[in-house]
Amino acid sequence: MADNTFDIIIIGGGPGGYVAAIRAAQLGFKTAVVEREHLGGICSNWGCIPTKALLRSAEIFTYFGHAKDYGLMAEKFGFDIAAIIKRSRGIAGQMNSGVQFLFKKNKITTIWGDAKITKPGEIAVTAPTKGVLGPPVEGPKGALGAGTYKAAHIIVATGARPRVLPGLEPDKKQVWTYFEAMNPDKFPKSLLVVGSGAIGVEFASFYRALGAEVTIVELLPQILPVEDAEIAAFARKQFEKQGIKIITGAKVTKLDKKADSVTATIDVGGKAEMITAEKVISAVGVVGNIENIGLEAAGVKTDKGIVVTDGYGRTNVKGIYAIGDVAGPPMLAHKAEHEGVTTVEMIKGLKVHALDKAKVPGCTYCNPQIASVGLTETKAKEQGRQVKIGRFPFIGNGKAIALGEPEGLCKTIFDAKTGELLGAHLAGAEVTELIQGFVVAMNCETTEEELMHTIFPHPTLSETMKESVLDAYGRVLNM
Amino acid sequence: MPINILMPALSPTMEQGNLVKWLKKEGDKVKAGDVIAEIETDKATMEVEAVDEGTLGKILVAEGTNDVAVNKPIAVLFEEGEDASAVSAAPAEQPKTAAAPEAKKEEPKKEEPKVEAAKAEPAKPAPVAAPVPAPKANGAGVKVFASPLARRIAKERGVNLSAIAGSGPHGRIVKKDVESARPGAGAPAAAGGGAFGLPLMPDDQIRALFEPGSYDVVPHDGMRRTIATRMQQSMIVVPHFFLAVDFEVDALLKLREEMNSYAPKEDGKPVWRVSVNDLIVKAFALTLKKHPNANASWTEGGMLRHHNVDIGIAVAIPGGGLITPILRNAQDKPLPELAQESSNLAKRARDKKLKPHEYQGGTAAISNLGMYGVKHFTAIVNPPHSTILAVAASEKRPVVVGDKIEIRTMMTATLSCDHRVVDGADAANIMQTLKGFVEKPVGLVM
Repeated sequence: MADNTFDIIIIGGGPGGYVAAIRAAQLGFKTAVVEREHLGGICSNWGCIPTKALLRSAEIFTYFGHAKDYGLMAEKFGFDIAAIIKRSRGIAGQMNSGVQFLFKKNKITTIWGDAKITKPGEIAVTAPTKGVLGPPVEGPKGALGAGTYKAAHIIVATGARPRVLPGLEPDKKQVWTYFEAMNPDKFPKSLLVVGSGAIGVEFASFYRALGAEVTIVELLPQILPVEDAEIAAFARKQFEKQGIKIITGAKVTKLDKKADSVTATIDVGGKAEMITAEKVISAVGVVGNIENIGLEAAGVKTDKGIVVTDGYGRTNVKGIYAIGDVAGPPMLAHKAEHEGVTTVEMIKGLKVHALDKAKVPGCTYCNPQIASVGLTETKAKEQGRQVKIGRFPFIGNGKAIALGEPEGLCKTIFDAKTGELLGAHLAGAEVTELIQGFVVAMNCETTEEELMHTIFPHPTLSETMKESVLDAYGRVLNM
Repeated sequence: MPINILMPALSPTMEQGNLVKWLKKEGDKVKAGDVIAEIETDKATMEVEAVDEGTLGKILVAEGTNDVAVNKPIAVLFEEGEDASAVSAAPAEQPKTAAAPEAKKEEPKKEEPKVEAAKAEPAKPAPVAAPVPAPKANGAGVKVFASPLARRIAKERGVNLSAIAGSGPHGRIVKKDVESARPGAGAPAAAGGGAFGLPLMPDDQIRALFEPGSYDVVPHDGMRRTIATRMQQSMIVVPHFFLAVDFEVDALLKLREEMNSYAPKEDGKPVWRVSVNDLIVKAFALTLKKHPNANASWTEGGMLRHHNVDIGIAVAIPGGGLITPILRNAQDKPLPELAQESSNLAKRARDKKLKPHEYQGGTAAISNLGMYGVKHFTAIVNPPHSTILAVAASEKRPVVVGDKIEIRTMMTATLSCDHRVVDGADAANIMQTLKGFVEKPVGLVM
């Protein structure tokens, strides 16, 4: 095979693309990934991982504030925002070089630049023209550059970018996206967060923990709109207790920028309200990167900003596939990874199953953490299901009390007829680590019976999961 | 990359087999198409061919191993330049089931619908490379792999899990398989190689009826299980009725004698020898050709009316068991050809050397116990057949001819019918036609 010809070319080196590439290499495909900015994508460089680093700093800072509760003394403590960010960027860098190492190990070729599908089976790559923070980033050593490349299978994994709402256009200085929010010049005294999805509440939690005045404005009546209403209400109560101001059913209609502050006019049910903050974070969702990659010319069907696929990553054009954010919600790294693997295995001819969106878990690392999988109570009822619902609060769990984290809730939803676990929704300490238990259960199609027969170790927070299941069937023990 | 050679499924119903013999040693070079092993199933002993070229790197299942599950790796094939160090790296994702070309060849034969085929059909997810394992039997000591949720939904809807194919990992039955199964499917009807059915009482209760030590427990072999399953299913599902007719066979016997006297000889031995059974096969085939509504198979979606008459002949196997090789297009084959074919098939059936396409399918069957002096018996229809003719002994009997009693050679034949396909009057007409062919056998050679 010529040097510019591959079995599979993946456009985009984010979590979807790089994992797909590794799987492809494992299956013996000659594989290349086109990337223009950072291997590992937003997730490793500007998303999941660096924000977890920031939130960890905030969490430990919060513990310092409660040292006395644990019999400890921490009279004088503070934070250095530059050092917190340095740590976060360092971790992102580590992720990035980790992906480079994995590519080398798996003999995956990196092509550096902007890719455009010229026709099915062929792409043109040009040198990158700009980077996220300004000048274009140089590619890793050994990467191929501009040119024409061929592959029978082209996987589009170009990800997503922050959605821009009219009047709320980010300006990098006062109106931030997550890029600036995780890389501020100095710590803002006050912050207006527009949007209460995962990105919005995570930054709200981070900045509030370190002392900023934080206001969240949400268009819908519920914060964390995709989460179960009960969990969202629980989280809201906790946020408000921490001093975060939350305005729901509200729309930002105007931004008045002054030298060192922004005043937002907010329409709350017809009444105008003014909020002034040093910075605004626009966290109103993300949109797929479908532009300028030649999809239109190749005849690839898109709909409302995402590439239309068949559940296995296939588009309407033979040989062109799409995975991850660009292939539609839920726009989550683990969903992208799974799709990448599924698509590559399908190309290989292995037996695969289409993505079941109902079994994609979601994790939000605000304080308290939120984790969920499956249907919310509202959705389950909308589907006409008869449900059995179990709840267990962390206050009934010994480990939670010992940790000093008694605020939490585990909620489970079962189909009353079949015992199918329809949904699990958790809020509280470390619930993002707990949720996988329910995800495994769902994928194995367990019923309440197997969950009840499963021994959950004591003392752990996971016992709240079993208690919640027991509660759904009127058998709760520790409440 | 090393390639796992998997235990092949030589027929849609095969779940396990015995690895009788390795014909290649570790280190032997293997070409695609080379016979590498012999495998014994419930029905036959078959040869396994390599599908890839390479070196037989490691034998994972020793010869003489019984009950090897289908799709279990039995050996590892190395491609050029690979050695044993690669064994552990042999990816499970790249299974290549050893070829069973005979089984494949048979697939396009749409005119031979099989109960098995109906349910071996995967639930149709996207592209499926790995063979979909046949559904597992239930109650026969073979576990049905199904998710707890699938089990619960199946119970609620009355779906028999052993009758449906699983689309989950390793053929596991998951919720969607049960939901897409027709409610009520699952009655043993749908099962081909499936449900061992409804045990009358649990094993231990039956054993408790006898003195301990007063019996030996002989494990069932695959053939015994298959016979038990299929016959039980047939008796539960197929509404049987039977009708018996006496035939005078003097003319038939005379024809046979004359034909055989014309048989060409090789090394002093006749090349073919027409048996009474061959003549009955021919007569039955011509009869069914005249009654196309009976040369049919019941399916839920419609009657499969077959163009050819393919007649299975029940062959008892020494040491127990039976199998029915199929004489295809029996209506068109001249008797000498039919005779040669049936004797060849019967011999290989007794040696357990039949290939799946030689015993699967068929449109009707004949069971002949005449040589044992049986006066009259009835047989069980073996779907997808809709009739089976039970042929008893030819014997001299006093017969009323006009107003006199004469001695004639008579034979009683009993037709078993699937009433879903054949009605009583049809069956009576069939026996009339058959009687015509048997008693005026010139029609068989014209």
